[in-house]
Amino acid sequence: MNVLRNRDELGAHLRFQEPGKAREMAATLAHVTRSIGREPVSVMHVCGSHEQAIARYGLRAVFPRELDVIMGPGCPVCVTDVPEVDEAVLLAAQGVRVFTYGDMLRVPGSVKSLADVKAEGGKVDVVYGIGQAVQLACETQEECVFFASGFETTAVATAAVILAGVPENFSVLSAHKYIPPVMEIVAEMPQTRIEGFLAAGHAAAITGSAIFERFAERYKLPVVVTGFEPLDILAGLIRLVELVRDGRAEVANMYPRCVTREGNRPAQEALWSVFRPIGGRWRGIAHVPNGNLRLRDRFAHVDARRRFTIDLHQLWDRAPANLTQHCICGDIMAGIAAPTGCSLYGNQCDPDHPVGACMVSSEGTCRIWHQYGGHLDLGYGS
Amino acid sequence: MCLGVPGEVVSIDGNTATVDFFGVRRQVRLDIVDEPVKPGDYVMNHVGFAIRRIAPEEIGETIALYELLLRTAAEEDLMAADVRGEIGATEGERSA
Ligand code: SF4
Repeated sequence: MNVLRNRDELGAHLRFQEPGKAREMAATLAHVTRSIGREPVSVMHVCGSHEQAIARYGLRAVFPRELDVIMGPGCPVCVTDVPEVDEAVLLAAQGVRVFTYGDMLRVPGSVKSLADVKAEGGKVDVVYGIGQAVQLACETQEECVFFASGFETTAVATAAVILAGVPENFSVLSAHKYIPPVMEIVAEMPQTRIEGFLAAGHAAAITGSAIFERFAERYKLPVVVTGFEPLDILAGLIRLVELVRDGRAEVANMYPRCVTREGNRPAQEALWSVFRPIGGRWRGIAHVPNGNLRLRDRFAHVDARRRFTIDLHQLWDRAPANLTQHCICGDIMAGIAAPTGCSLYGNQCDPDHPVGACMVSSEGTCRIWHQYGGHLDLGYGS
Repeated sequence: MCLGVPGEVVSIDGNTATVDFFGVRRQVRLDIVDEPVKPGDYVMNHVGFAIRRIAPEEIGETIALYELLLRTAAEEDLMAADVRGEIGATEGERSA
């Protein structure tokens, strides 16, 4: 598949972005990293799209050996907790029509996934966005629930649709998550060796880069916002490693064409007028204070949790032991393990027979590595 | 899903823009775009909504890279599939 293993291949791929420039930047990154004089230097990104780009363009092959670029909790589907999937499963089992993003379909709950309920006759439909879910709800009298997953980038769309008004038979089961608080959790983990964060450009387009300033100061860690093109990632890493080297816990914005310091005000207003942050578990990681987005009271009428009775014990009383107990997806999302450290990776667990959410989602580290071979040339966690 | 997809604004009708995505015209909602957009601007879109106006002179090689990704990627390529999903989240052009 598209595994680009060396600088020349990367350069050839970047014909629109001057191959020479990519080579030059890789050399600069190596130089800056080595100037720190110790190894490994470990930094974390928190975005499945960053991991996709790193793996797809074979960027780890041009990163210096001394630099570990680790994916953290950047896959919203992967950190959706089992009880949240169970809620959607129970709604579908009750006869409610459930709309979901495709990635969520095969994510295991404690007993079943939405794909399982669908196979048993439940009405579960995959949509690309909440707009489509509303359209489909308009065509029926049935109760329809949109199982809303994703980070702030996706939550703003959910918020905008709710603010614009939805049909009476439509409600939202929010599993939306908010990234900034989980960075604090990762920074506080005793096992953590993270020395700086690469923040996801499009989430920061919403929140603004300023959101990370307090974090940087409090945890004495630099944060660099960057985009998704190979050169964006290289530029972001160079800046981040420079800040690590100089001991400067600052926020730098390397994606100014999409991100400002203040962020997208109308989007923030929509987001916070519809949602409030509450604490909740992120699958396999920890309880994250303010990490989950739930509908505010004034939107109780479109909140599936308040519209329906969802009795989770119904499922939990008969949860069987299964392979998922061996899944280390949580450790991978926390950045303390790599997919290659999982005994099931590539044998009992692959994209056709995923055991954990990290192999289901297109933003899951296991799935990304399985497709693009991201584990090549990697020096951590195995 | 954080990747988003850029496109060029062709026309605007109230809260909706017709946006050209690599030759395909779709409707994108402008409810939460950060600043007013006009035809000729580019917008970064996520699940059917424009989230950021990008001036034409700043879009640079971004469009070309997306185009290359969509043109050359295998069916199962995750990144390309996510971009196709983003385009899928926009609405088809209104017939009226
Ligand atoms: S390879 Fe499969 S079982 Fe192992 S951590 Fe990844 S998703 Fe879980």
